[in-house]
Formats: sequence, C-alpha cells, structure tokens
Amino acid sequence: MSARAGAGLWVAQRATAAVLAFCVLVHLATMIFAVRGGLTAAQILGRTHGNYAWGAFYSLFVIAAGIHGAIGLRTVAAEWLSFRGRAADAAMAAIALAIVGLGLRAVSAVVL
Amino acid sequence: MTLRVSVWRGGAEGRFEEFEIPRRESQTVLDAVTYIQRHLDPTLSYRFACRVGMCGSCAMTVNGKPRWTCRTHVDKVARDGTLRVAPLSNLPVVKDLVADMREFFDKWARSRGQFKPTATRHDEFAPVRPSSAARREVDAGIECIGCGVCYAACDVVKWNRDYLGPAALNRAWTLVNDERDGAKAERLHAVAGDAGCHACHTMMSCTEHCPKKLSPTRSIAGLKRATLGIALGGGS
Repeated sequence: MSARAGAGLWVAQRATAAVLAFCVLVHLATMIFAVRGGLTAAQILGRTHGNYAWGAFYSLFVIAAGIHGAIGLRTVAAEWLSFRGRAADAAMAAIALAIVGLGLRAVSAVVL
Repeated sequence: MTLRVSVWRGGAEGRFEEFEIPRRESQTVLDAVTYIQRHLDPTLSYRFACRVGMCGSCAMTVNGKPRWTCRTHVDKVARDGTLRVAPLSNLPVVKDLVADMREFFDKWARSRGQFKPTATRHDEFAPVRPSSAARREVDAGIECIGCGVCYAACDVVKWNRDYLGPAALNRAWTLVNDERDGAKAERLHAVAGDAGCHACHTMMSCTEHCPKKLSPTRSIAGLKRATLGIALGGGS
C-alpha cells in the first residue's frame, strides 16, 4: 500500500468517526424520543415517508458506517487473521459496499 | 538472604534455569545476572555496556515486563524473593538473554532515521530557538537510548511484523521537527501506511514502559498529523 493510500485510510477513518459520533447521538436521541412518546411503527413510518432531511441524515450515517467499519475490519483481518494484501483490500471494499448498499436500501424503504 | 533467579537458557527453543544467589542491598537485576555469569555459570550470555542507563544494551524481560536491567532494582521487581529473566520479546533470540537487535535498528533506517543536512560545514551554525514549538517536540523525544524496551512492549509489533515500531517512529518524529533536516517529505512517506505510524492503536504500552519516560505514542500521533498533507494530495 502506498503512503498516500495509508494516510488516506487514516483520514477517512478519523473523519467518519467524527460523523458517526454526531449521527449516533442524534439517532439514539431520536429513538428514545420516539419510543417514550409511544409512537407505533406505523406512525413512525408515516412521519419518515417523504422526509428527505431524515433521508439525507441516515444516508450520511450509513455511508460513514460502511467506510469506518470496513477500515476497522481491514486492520482486524490483518492483525488477527494475517489476511493482508490486495485480496484483503478487495474483501474489505466489498464489505463496505455491501453495508452501504444494504443501509441505503433500508433508508429508501422508510423514506420513499 | 538469597534470591532465586530463573533465567532463560537457549535460543528460540529453550527452558528456564534456576539459580540461587546472595541478596544484596541496592542490587540491580543486571547485578543478579552478572553474579550468575561470574560465579555460577560462565556460559550464560547477556549484553551490557555502561551500567548507568545510557547505552541501552541491557534491556531484558524481567518478571514478564521489558526493563533496562542496570537501573532496575531487585527490590522493585522481585516477587516473593524470585526473579524471572528472559530476553526481550518481539525479537529473535541469539542465545540466553541476548536478543537479536538487527530488525529493530534496520527499522530505524527504514523510517529514514538518519539526519540529512541542508548545509555544509562551511555554513554558519543554524540558529534553533530552544523555545520554538518544533524544538520542544524534538526535546520531548530525543533522549531515546535505543534499548528496545518499547519495541518489546508493543502489541502492534507482535501482530504486524512489518510495523516500524515506537522507537523508530519516535526518531523519525524528532527529525521531522529538526529545522536543519532536508528529508522531511521523504521521511513522512517512509513512515506512513500499514507498516508505519498509521498502524499504531495508541495503546501506550511503549510510553508506559519507556525507561527514559519518553512518549513514543505522542511522537507517533504527531507523525499521523504530519502525514495529513500526503493524504490530501502530497504524492504517493
């Protein structure tokens, strides 16, 4: 891996960590608010449908989680399983894409 | 009063051998090992030079932790009147208590630990303000004696044999902050990536064990920040 790619992964992980710190707090606060308010699943869906601000927020959350998780898994795979190199990088990229794909699909289901 | 000392014998394969030696006031672990070699078994191999904490050659694993043995008092580390002395971890064993330091120092070279001058002997001395931020960063890391204690204490070294390690990265950081040095960009490229500063998990074992009370963790964090420019387009 080149110096630039290594430094880039580090920046990406730090930047997505900052995004996640914010998103997780908003997500938890929203869930607690919704549950304590006694909203049913149908009522929640009623509010999220067509709400593109929530859609944008959760899309950002999902993308950050996909990138952050895959970079972390890449390190775990290298250090604990000795799974390194191009095959490992490709596997981690596939995991990132899968998480982002599944996440965006879920976001579209509650927003669209 | 006696002290029971269990000493590693052999190479990568070997066993601990028990010795009983006289307990003395202000006795260091190096004193104990030296007693064994001089009075009980002259074939015991170990390494030391200055005996005063300057040369960095006598580091060993003492009761499970890497330490500089010449400055480690038996009082401080003996458990129930016993010591267990082994070579440094994370390095090949040459024989008995002697670890092969080659990979440790090769990594200093690989992280561009050599000063690259920008002036000649005919130029004026470079004025370096002691109070400047860069010089203070150098001060914080420059007293490394190259003992290898941090390298033996580092879990990332254990998991990733290519990792440059705390000492080499600390050295690189002192040179990145040396305003007379002319190899900064080259050095930052050498220490970035999976084998370099970005592999550090900030577990601080190096800082915890450093006998000189340095913080390689801090130096490595500095290197990570300094490589930001590479990530944002400073070439590959």
